[in-house]
Amino acid sequence: MSALERPKTTAAAIERVATVRRRATFRARVVNGVLIGALLLAFSFSLAFGERIYSAAEVGRFLAGQPVPGAAFTIGELRLPRALLAILAGAAFALAGVTFQTLLRNPLASPDIIGITNGASVAALFMIIVVGASGLAVSAAAVAAGIGIAFAIYLLAARAGVVGTRLILIGIGVAAMANSATLYLLSSASRWDLQGAMRWLSGSLNLASWEDVAVLAIVSAVLFPAVLALGQGLALLRLGDDQAAGLGVNVERSRRLLVLTTVALAAFATAATGPITFVAFMSGPIAARLIGPRQQVLLPAGLIGALLVLSADLIGQFAFSNRYPVGVVTGVLGAPFLIYLMIRSQRVRGSI
Amino acid sequence: MTSAQAIAATGEVARHNRRPHRWLAAAILAAAVAAVASIVFGSRAIELSEVWRAITTGGDDLAAAAVRSRIPRTLLALLVGAALAMSGVMLQGVTRNPLADPFILGINSGAALLVVIGIAFFSIQSMTSYIWFSLTGAGLAATFVYVVGSLGQGGPTPLKLALAGAATTAALGSVTTAILLPRIEVMNVYRFWSIGGVGRAENSDTLMVLPFIAFGIVLCVLAAGTLNVLGLGDEAAAGLGIDVLRTRLIATSAGVILAAAATALAGPIGFIGLVVPHLVRLVVGSDHRWLLPISAFAGAALLTVADVVGRVIARPGEIEVGIITALIGGPVFIWVVLTKTGDQI
Repeated sequence: MSALERPKTTAAAIERVATVRRRATFRARVVNGVLIGALLLAFSFSLAFGERIYSAAEVGRFLAGQPVPGAAFTIGELRLPRALLAILAGAAFALAGVTFQTLLRNPLASPDIIGITNGASVAALFMIIVVGASGLAVSAAAVAAGIGIAFAIYLLAARAGVVGTRLILIGIGVAAMANSATLYLLSSASRWDLQGAMRWLSGSLNLASWEDVAVLAIVSAVLFPAVLALGQGLALLRLGDDQAAGLGVNVERSRRLLVLTTVALAAFATAATGPITFVAFMSGPIAARLIGPRQQVLLPAGLIGALLVLSADLIGQFAFSNRYPVGVVTGVLGAPFLIYLMIRSQRVRGSI
Repeated sequence: MTSAQAIAATGEVARHNRRPHRWLAAAILAAAVAAVASIVFGSRAIELSEVWRAITTGGDDLAAAAVRSRIPRTLLALLVGAALAMSGVMLQGVTRNPLADPFILGINSGAALLVVIGIAFFSIQSMTSYIWFSLTGAGLAATFVYVVGSLGQGGPTPLKLALAGAATTAALGSVTTAILLPRIEVMNVYRFWSIGGVGRAENSDTLMVLPFIAFGIVLCVLAAGTLNVLGLGDEAAAGLGIDVLRTRLIATSAGVILAAAATALAGPIGFIGLVVPHLVRLVVGSDHRWLLPISAFAGAALLTVADVVGRVIARPGEIEVGIITALIGGPVFIWVVLTKTGDQI
């Protein structure tokens, strides 16, 4: 029978629900599959393409560990860490963004709009310029600042009762302060070049190194599975606190753990690439649109984040006569989408 | 009751016997003290007697030159501070929105984008061209943010306007950066302008923008009385014989023109337009006929003091005033959010 006809019996109704669910699950699998395929394609393309173009066979041989003339440096030292960092950071930002958007039930409540990545950026910059630190110390400071700021925003908002809207507004104030501090640190640095500046203002992969990749990879190996596991409850939280609690989710505990993990993810990613504009904010809503309602949105959002950063970096490097940092490309691409979402979220509340 | 009587009546209600004359005098005094401080203190420490000598008898040593360079800077700081504060009064009044500020509403970022477009594509150089581009950008951004923020239920609530403004700022900022990056020479001009500062003041530039600010002030004065009535709600105001649409148009234009002129002169300086009207309202209440002039002088004083602080705490360098105002203004913004009850947010 058709799923659209009015069911005549209970059995028919159950059958109809099952059909709809099977279709939705099938659609989710197809979407995830296509996204993984696209990501692999973009990854190989970013390894092959550049000043010197390698064939697919050459890239394959290099990845398999066989010697390819010149590739040890161009691919091994430049393109591979850059591409890997793009994927890891993109996924991290996306997971953090979609979690915040779901928990606060507002598409604009992502860590890059409410000041968390900006705060992490200030801390990283402070460590580099004022303290003269590098590597893990910078990441640690960024993470501490990210968590500290998230906590402070939450406390301020919670004190006054209504959490959601206040939290976003307070976050906007915090973001403005953090951006000022970033500008000050940059202008007070004895000498700063544009690449360095862009990294801390809107995000860039130009300074990607294996060290950055290593730190972020270890963190991701621990935190990605943690977020995906905690996210089982997140799909239920999308229904609202009461319904989620009724379905057996420990709402407060899930929420705190999720916020903590995803803030850490976003902060580690910020320490490596700077706050890449709008990735945290865009990925979740795109994923939700592709995958349809009531499906687990974390995995596709992470894939889309990675794909966005990777392809935006390719566009920034090769599509124009000038090279643009990835954050500028995602910023320009994201701007119209942001405005669309802003308009839409005025009409439909409570969903991404 | 005629509309004039209505204005007078609401003015009486709003005034609450809070001695606004004294506060106005205090604000003028504060601005004067700030101006003196701005000439006396700077990133170079100069003896008081030296300062006096430099002003009265001239002289061509370094100290005298430093003191003389502080005079245009002080004038600019006073003017920009006053313009931003009045702009904040108008925007908060017309949107009945406690968080309205040219910076929060994205007006500065619109002005900045158009100025950058002007420099990059139309090779504009003079202050007069800056101001026209700045005005266009500010007007477009203000209209856009207001329209987007008004969509949906409840009209332009503080949350919707602030989000629309923050999002628009982020979006326009990205476009600005994309235009700037390949143009190193424009970038070098812009990257200091973008922080917001009064350190590169030229009296000739200030003079050129002065007519725009004067025009903005005239519009403010025209709107001030009727804004009191508008505070009662659109329907009540219309019932009392106020042309709501015209009042809104005048007040919004005043706010946008003042913000654009300030931005053209000093770059995007945030939060003065937010902080000053709130503080002034605390002491004199919400009668716009007092709120406006007192805010103007208080804004001039605050921006000038912030500039002095930026010069003194970072000796021998200086911190641009835009950074100081954001660090002061951020907490005040959060305080305003926290003190408003749920339905106002």
